Amino acid sequence: MIKPILDVYAAQLKTSLAVQFQYRVSMMIWMIGRIIQPLIFLVVWTTVSRARGGEVNGYSEGDFAAYFILQMIVSQATFSWIMWEYDYIIRTGQFSFKLLRPIHPIHADIADNLAYKTLTLVILIPAALLLAWLFPPNFQWQWWNVGAGLLAIALAFIVRFTLEWTLALAAFWTTRINAINQTYDVTFIFLSGFFAPLAVMPESVQILANLLPFRWLLAFPIELLLGRLTVQETLIGFAMQGFWLLATLTLLSFVWRAGVKQYSAVGS
Amino acid sequence: MTEPVIVLDQLSKTYVVTERDAGVMAAARSLVQRRQREIKAVDRVSFAVGAGEIVGFLGPNGAGKTTTLKMLAGLLHPTGGVGRVLDYEPWQRNRDYLRSITLVMGQRNQLNWDIPASDSFELNRVIYRVPLDQYRQTLGELTELLELGPLVSKPVRNLSLGERMKCEIAAALLHRPRVLFLDEPTIGLDVTAQRRIREFVREYNQRHNATILLTSHYMADVEALCQRVVVIHHGRILFDGLLPELITRFSPHKTIAVDLERPVASINYAAFGEVVSQSDSRVTLRVPKADTAKVASRLLAELPVSDLTIEDPPIEAVIEQVFAQEAVV
Repeated sequence: MIKPILDVYAAQLKTSLAVQFQYRVSMMIWMIGRIIQPLIFLVVWTTVSRARGGEVNGYSEGDFAAYFILQMIVSQATFSWIMWEYDYIIRTGQFSFKLLRPIHPIHADIADNLAYKTLTLVILIPAALLLAWLFPPNFQWQWWNVGAGLLAIALAFIVRFTLEWTLALAAFWTTRINAINQTYDVTFIFLSGFFAPLAVMPESVQILANLLPFRWLLAFPIELLLGRLTVQETLIGFAMQGFWLLATLTLLSFVWRAGVKQYSAVGS
Repeated sequence: MTEPVIVLDQLSKTYVVTERDAGVMAAARSLVQRRQREIKAVDRVSFAVGAGEIVGFLGPNGAGKTTTLKMLAGLLHPTGGVGRVLDYEPWQRNRDYLRSITLVMGQRNQLNWDIPASDSFELNRVIYRVPLDQYRQTLGELTELLELGPLVSKPVRNLSLGERMKCEIAAALLHRPRVLFLDEPTIGLDVTAQRRIREFVREYNQRHNATILLTSHYMADVEALCQRVVVIHHGRILFDGLLPELITRFSPHKTIAVDLERPVASINYAAFGEVVSQSDSRVTLRVPKADTAKVASRLLAELPVSDLTIEDPPIEAVIEQVFAQEAVV
């Protein structure tokens, strides 16, 4: 059962790499955008930190540098564009071909996402090193932080992909899902720790962030890799990731079954 | 008929669409009160197809052909009735079922444009779990029949429409499906490419005893491939039977074309039958089928005929007649 699925992943990965290799230049441009974002936050927050005498809510200049370098890496590892893609492929009826195949369509999408991530590592790693040279980061990690951090990134990717893939299926019901996508993106940016460490946010925002999935998909792996979390906080983080994994998988299977029934294969 | 492979019993699909009148006021009103209307795309359709049969599924645009094929291919859930293919309920989308069928849509592409078709073929091989030996054999067969040769190693976007369609068909058949749903497979292709695809479909049907349900607006496809046709209009079946029967039933006329040795003045052709076209040395008449022999003898006796042919009207004309009558058979 597992072997054929792995074969499909290997084949799909190969195909996706071949396709994405065709778009080297556009990929470079996208990547520049993804690097500039954390760079802007980095400049803003190090400036704020300097103005406040070198620290904001426990974050020094070096801490901010480390935070946003990791933010760039974790964001890149966990993000997906699936919600924007599905708006198009369901609306144009291209989805029919995915449905015709004797395999759940999510597998091809995951493989496609992983192929892109693999290719963009070539740009991401030098970018992280460059940022670290420009803004010397301050890490305080211990031996277990790296392993646990990588596991947290992997879980965050799975949960985020499941969640966004499920939201993408909203296109089964409404043929214009861009409004939902926008709302989701803005909420994510605000509550995940994307635009600032949650520690510098008001307490009410932090409480809200704890209750929603976003923090566990970005801020948690970053803080873990920074070495800012105790063992207890780490375990709570993994438990939250586990909870959201179960919740999103349940939601996915429910929405998928209902959505396929609803699919009207538009665009004949 | 052999044991049926495809069975539809009162199969129906109703779409609910929201509609509003044109204009800003209507748009504003539709925010509060949405008017919905039901459209019966497929209305209690019943027929069966036996193993190895090629059936032409005919009807004008919007008749319900594609919706029916999509239900049978498992893409759409029906709103009523029963449908079974190879003993599966298609919309349950059982993996084994999906591995036994294919759907080719002439207006849609499954191949990735950016890479050569051979890469997409390889991906399909893995997804459909085709054993390597069988894959090589099928690919060899398809390459020979469709003359794919060098096409498969070029990026798909560099292929012509006809070349691309050949690759699309190959990709759809690599897993050797037993049931083929072909929706306008020759649309937009030139005459040569159409013929090639047609010959291929027949060859595939004979080699693998595949069951085929085919829609096409090109009557040449239907005449060449299908003994039996099912005609659908406004979601309902108007005719199900052999192609010659369709012609007999819906066209009680024959066409007589006469070539004359020399122009003849002052002949009233209307006395022989309905004049379809007329020139100095050629006239085409439509006559009731029962009178064909009588009219032909009169023409031969009274005119300097150099050639005379009696034909059934073109199938397009018959189909048009069927749609015009809308008699449920």
